Amino acid sequence: MTDSPVDAAGLRRRTRDLLAAHPPATTDRPDFLRARFDAGLAWVHYPEGLGGLGAPRSLQAVVDAELEAAGAPDNDPRRIGIGLGMVAPTILRHGTEEQKRRHLRPLWTGEEVWCQLFSEPGAGSDLAALGTRAVRDGDHWVVDGQKVWTSSAHLARWAILIARTDPGVPKHQGITYFLCDMTDPGVEVRPLRQITGEAEFNEVFLTGVRIPDSHRLGGIGDGWRVARTTLMNERVSIGGMRLPREGGMIGPVARTWRERPELRTHDLHQRLLKLWVEAEVARLTGERLRQQLVAGQPGPEGSGMKLAFARLNQEISGLEVELLGEEGLLYDDWRMRRPELVDFTGRDAGYRYLRSKGNSIEGGTSEVLLNIVAERVLGLPAEPRTDKDVAWKDLAK
Amino acid sequence: MTDLLYSEEEEALRAAVRDLLTDHCGPAGVIARMESDEPHDLALWKSLAEGMGLAGLLVPEERGGQGATHREAAVVLEELGRAVAPVPYLTSAVVATEALLACAGEEAAGLLADLASGRRIGALAVGLHTAPGGAFRAVRVEGGRLHGETAGIADAAVADVLLVPAEDGGLYAVGADAVTVTPRVSLDLTRPVATIVLEGAPGRRLGDAEPAVRRALRAGAGLLASEQLGLAERSLTETVNYLKERRQFNRPVGGFQALKHRLAQLWLQTVNLRAAARSAADALARGEDADVAVAVAQAYAAPVAVHAAEEALQLHGGIGMTWEHPAHLRLKRAKADSLAYGTAGAHREELAALVDLQAP
Repeated sequence: MTDSPVDAAGLRRRTRDLLAAHPPATTDRPDFLRARFDAGLAWVHYPEGLGGLGAPRSLQAVVDAELEAAGAPDNDPRRIGIGLGMVAPTILRHGTEEQKRRHLRPLWTGEEVWCQLFSEPGAGSDLAALGTRAVRDGDHWVVDGQKVWTSSAHLARWAILIARTDPGVPKHQGITYFLCDMTDPGVEVRPLRQITGEAEFNEVFLTGVRIPDSHRLGGIGDGWRVARTTLMNERVSIGGMRLPREGGMIGPVARTWRERPELRTHDLHQRLLKLWVEAEVARLTGERLRQQLVAGQPGPEGSGMKLAFARLNQEISGLEVELLGEEGLLYDDWRMRRPELVDFTGRDAGYRYLRSKGNSIEGGTSEVLLNIVAERVLGLPAEPRTDKDVAWKDLAK
Repeated sequence: MTDLLYSEEEEALRAAVRDLLTDHCGPAGVIARMESDEPHDLALWKSLAEGMGLAGLLVPEERGGQGATHREAAVVLEELGRAVAPVPYLTSAVVATEALLACAGEEAAGLLADLASGRRIGALAVGLHTAPGGAFRAVRVEGGRLHGETAGIADAAVADVLLVPAEDGGLYAVGADAVTVTPRVSLDLTRPVATIVLEGAPGRRLGDAEPAVRRALRAGAGLLASEQLGLAERSLTETVNYLKERRQFNRPVGGFQALKHRLAQLWLQTVNLRAAARSAADALARGEDADVAVAVAQAYAAPVAVHAAEEALQLHGGIGMTWEHPAHLRLKRAKADSLAYGTAGAHREELAALVDLQAP
């Protein structure tokens, strides 16, 4: 290669070379995606040899535009969001060279789906109190416990897992982070049916699961620090979408309002206009945040986006059910299903109303996020911490 | 494309205005001035308008101004809102100036240059509560002389010239010395309103009233959101600082979760308000999508600013209820602002038509 790959022109040339060597029309999808990864065009800001070229992240758009114009297949990012959004940055930052080489390629191409074994029935907002145990046995760890709210567990080949390796120290210190093979016979996945009738999530029971020590990510007892990388990336991926006006939950209800004048009442009109304004302002806030990131001036505003969208989704979908009158009494389908993709604005108003109830719980409850804003942004005193200096085994369970 | 950030120049402008206000517009001085015979601070106005050239931001250079845009004027208003500064910036440098920008002719051009330089102060003789699409009062005109009364005119007490809509559809310039201006006891003493009585006052026709008034009120409403942002943000900051210091039950009051959550919610609202206010200022500057952007900003801004000022009062406890503490300056300004250039409800009604969400 004589041309410099890190500028836009160089990336465009590399992309065209890839397309010439592997014409999308005659290349199998997985072959094309592997070739794209090997050409460093998967995520250009990643290091060379790991799907990237060490280029500025903003230049990914150049590659994506070329590929889209040529009709190249993508890696269906919505299906592998956990892997791309949370697992990959964590492995990149904390993994060994061997772990990076083994996992990042099939993760990115979608050949290996990932899930996240973090939450437990007894450890929700207080995730660091988790009780799943990992006990050392030679060059293996033996894991026993129960995880919950695991999306994609029934599709996943791998999981990121945090487990307690030392109960004798305070809760944050005794945790270790592992990459867990979901095909281990000790892993049992059961669908967890939710109030919408379907099962997006699973419960995962871990019984004598054997994990080689080489699948540990980061040091023994250092799992909480590693997990923070994962969790920070979770919140980034929740708030960062760019929307047109009426692009979110407000879209369907505004359309119904326009198309069905017989449903309109004065009370609903007042409430709809208020929510329309709030949705538009939240959209502008998201756009402003995006502009700050592009300009290299990230602010604390991102912490607020999830809070705002959770409340708005709930209020707007609640209004929509009322607007529908007689039809608001109906529901499209209660049958138990296991959807691969989740679309908060998909299906009908009743579904949207029920599904959005989860928006203020998943990925950090609104109550915890308000604490975070108050403490980290406004600098107000932290909540009293009675568990800080107590060994995990001595905490009230 | 919409630019919702602040440029380096805008940040420099902010710093300069803030420095001036820190030195010359402290809360104790504003409170003392409020009940005096001169509630407006004309020395401060002179520094802003003539010293820094800020009265002419919206006026092109070839017409005697600074050739800046609504984006810069919005930054000035954020700072003036923060300090609840008793100067006629919004009324003269934005609203009256915009009305004149809508008028062709030499008469308007001369006045525009005067306002832009800060040599004279102008006021649009339309009630402060009037929304951009709302009805406004016009006075009788007979042989070039104006007769009638118009009420709720903000900053009229310091205006040198009034821009008066008349029944013949014209907008007239009337010297303040030719009319009777009666200050009213106002809820917000830092932006007091007055009644104006015209008894055969000579007026010079500037142009058509309708488009000039609409344009002026729209710009006023849009940039008011930035004043409300400055005010809300200052209320929040002062309250957070106070609650870190104030101790009851042997701990800082700001450590109680009920209060932390209220302050966090308020912070979220000010973050949203910043995006809405920047969007309105940017849309006015570009002349694109301005009707919707202004209506959105005003439908959102007033409740947030009032909420911020009310929370500040409540969370300061007894001290916030006293005349000497500045919390009431912001409460009174925020409440008066919630009526200025149309209530949030009026702007929502406007939006119903603009984005096709019609009433039953």
